Amino acid sequence: MRMRTVEISVGAFMLAGIIALVLLALNVSGLNLASQGDTYKVYARFENVGGLTPRSKVTMSGVQIGQVTAIHLDTEMLMAKVELDIHKDVDYLSIDSSAQILTAGLLGEQYIGITVGAEDDVLADGDVIEDTQSALVLEELVGKFLFNEVSE
Amino acid sequence: MLNFLQNLGHAGLKRVAAVGRSGQMLAQAVIAKPAPLEMLPLLIKQIYFVGVLSLIIIVVSGLFIGMVLGLQGYTILVDYGSEQAVGQMVALSLVRELAPVVAALLFAGRAGSALTAEIGLMKATEQLSSLEMIGVDPLRRIIAPRFWAGFICLPILATIFSLVGIWGGAIVGIDWLGIYEGSFWANMQNSVDFGEDILNGLIKAVVFGFVVTWVAVFQGYDCLPTSEGISQATTRTVVYSSLAVLGLDFVLTALMFGDF
Amino acid sequence: MESFEDVIIEIEQLSFARNERPIYKDVNIRIPRGKVTAIMGPSGTGKTTLLRLIGGQLIPDQGSIVLDGKNIPELSRKDLFEVRARMGMLFQSGALFTDMTVFENVAFPIRVHTDLSEAMIRDIVLMKLNAVGLRGARDLMPSELSGGMARRVALARAIALDPDLVMYDEPFTGQDPIAMGVLVKLIKHLNQVLGHTSIVVSHDIQETMGIADYVYLIADAGVIAQGTPEELRKVETPQVKQFMHGLPDGPVPFHFPADELSADLMGAGR
Repeated sequence: MRMRTVEISVGAFMLAGIIALVLLALNVSGLNLASQGDTYKVYARFENVGGLTPRSKVTMSGVQIGQVTAIHLDTEMLMAKVELDIHKDVDYLSIDSSAQILTAGLLGEQYIGITVGAEDDVLADGDVIEDTQSALVLEELVGKFLFNEVSE
Repeated sequence: MLNFLQNLGHAGLKRVAAVGRSGQMLAQAVIAKPAPLEMLPLLIKQIYFVGVLSLIIIVVSGLFIGMVLGLQGYTILVDYGSEQAVGQMVALSLVRELAPVVAALLFAGRAGSALTAEIGLMKATEQLSSLEMIGVDPLRRIIAPRFWAGFICLPILATIFSLVGIWGGAIVGIDWLGIYEGSFWANMQNSVDFGEDILNGLIKAVVFGFVVTWVAVFQGYDCLPTSEGISQATTRTVVYSSLAVLGLDFVLTALMFGDF
Repeated sequence: MESFEDVIIEIEQLSFARNERPIYKDVNIRIPRGKVTAIMGPSGTGKTTLLRLIGGQLIPDQGSIVLDGKNIPELSRKDLFEVRARMGMLFQSGALFTDMTVFENVAFPIRVHTDLSEAMIRDIVLMKLNAVGLRGARDLMPSELSGGMARRVALARAIALDPDLVMYDEPFTGQDPIAMGVLVKLIKHLNQVLGHTSIVVSHDIQETMGIADYVYLIADAGVIAQGTPEELRKVETPQVKQFMHGLPDGPVPFHFPADELSADLMGAGR
């Protein structure tokens, strides 16, 4: 009799642990159970990536279409080269699309927003986005503001 | 001066010898062919004593810590107009740091000291010796199940701690302080990453479980078989395992979340 | 040394030291089969250590302990396991397993060493408990037993496998007269009825001499006297005499080493 209650409570304990882990995974980390498998790679060069990090979101009109996988220094062009993983079903990015580094909220993380251009041809695996806008750097903004003030 | 150096050297050598003994004990208890049929009921019983009986303190502590985090986080972030980030803050603090560390410290105090005292008492009343004389290895029968139980239970307890804490933070944030529910959860889900945060927190809990249980079990096994010896051993368990948890936490955090 | 017809344990040139303190130096002891042999001596001389050496819990620095042809310190784990099935040990505090009932405690060695059915185990356990008079207490927990009862249950556990050798570590220490009487009777009775060899380690002269067939007196890391109880009572060596008759002063002095009394009093008075 005593042994049975012990076994039942141990089983319940371990079950609670597993359920807690699942709940954490789904509700707290927003783990996407849908397969994220198929993606293709696109590159973009920026003068300043600011606070962008690998795994940052890549969005279009605010909707996530992929993520940043790597950030390297392009030694030929002396700019930052960012590697993006885009979902395979997002196959309508024209080759003159622009990529911009944006900030979510005041303290928020940085992400890449892509705006589609007018061309018919679309970006394929390995292509480079030419039109980019770097992250806003606070010192430059202040400098611009002061400069504008002075010139008035 | 020479006397001081001699004492210091002696104390140091004693410590090293103790660490050596503890490694030997662990190897003998844990490595070598397992006998699952006889071990399983022992293991289940130990999981009950070590894990299930620790649930109350873990749940209550988790709840209160989560609620305090929610409250404090709100008061700080509201000045920046970023109070929707409370959910993110509570979740990350808990999952990455507080759940594994606080759960390990509470575990060391409750289950660790109980393990040490129990094993020490068995040593003092010669139960371990009589097991040996009957031909049963006390390391396999007494020490090993307790060790595995602690190792398994702490990650489970830490996960439950995280969950309850986040729920506590949600209650305080959403129901009491009026943060918008949608942005609370959305911000949290956007910033907490399963692999980086939750899994790393779990890995920490596993490491802590190993260390705390190892210290607790060894102190009981190695203690002087007198009532004074047992009380010294339980104190050592709590102190050593707490220090080890905090020290390892720094190392693990640097490795996992630092820029190495 | 007396030559016995049948010796079950032959200990030769045993040397054992703990923390640089010699407990035994070149000791020779022969335990006769089927009899009650007492190992006696002042406290702290290492009598319990001898039992642990025989049981294989400790390894001597030198010498051999041969039990029926097998040298205990050199046995492999598997062989030691089998030999231990033939030994039973009653510890000073009983050492019952506190998380099991009396029944389970006595059944434990049987479960470990044999594959007998539950029905058989039940019968054996009840018989052993009956032999020590505690069959009715079989469902109690060790914490519910008095000290004397706990020791009797431990005795039932020690004889659970009908061992050839039963060792008693200070069985009479701290017992009230009734419990003591019961234990004395049980040790002698079981020895005669079951035919095993008994080794009793004790410093209780009266009780032990009453049941022992042969006595070894251990002090100063060696055997200082041996013989039947009558022979030992007649020994004139001061050390032996002091112990056997419980004399307060002799080779083991009454006064802890100190200065002359007059020097102490005069010095403090100033």
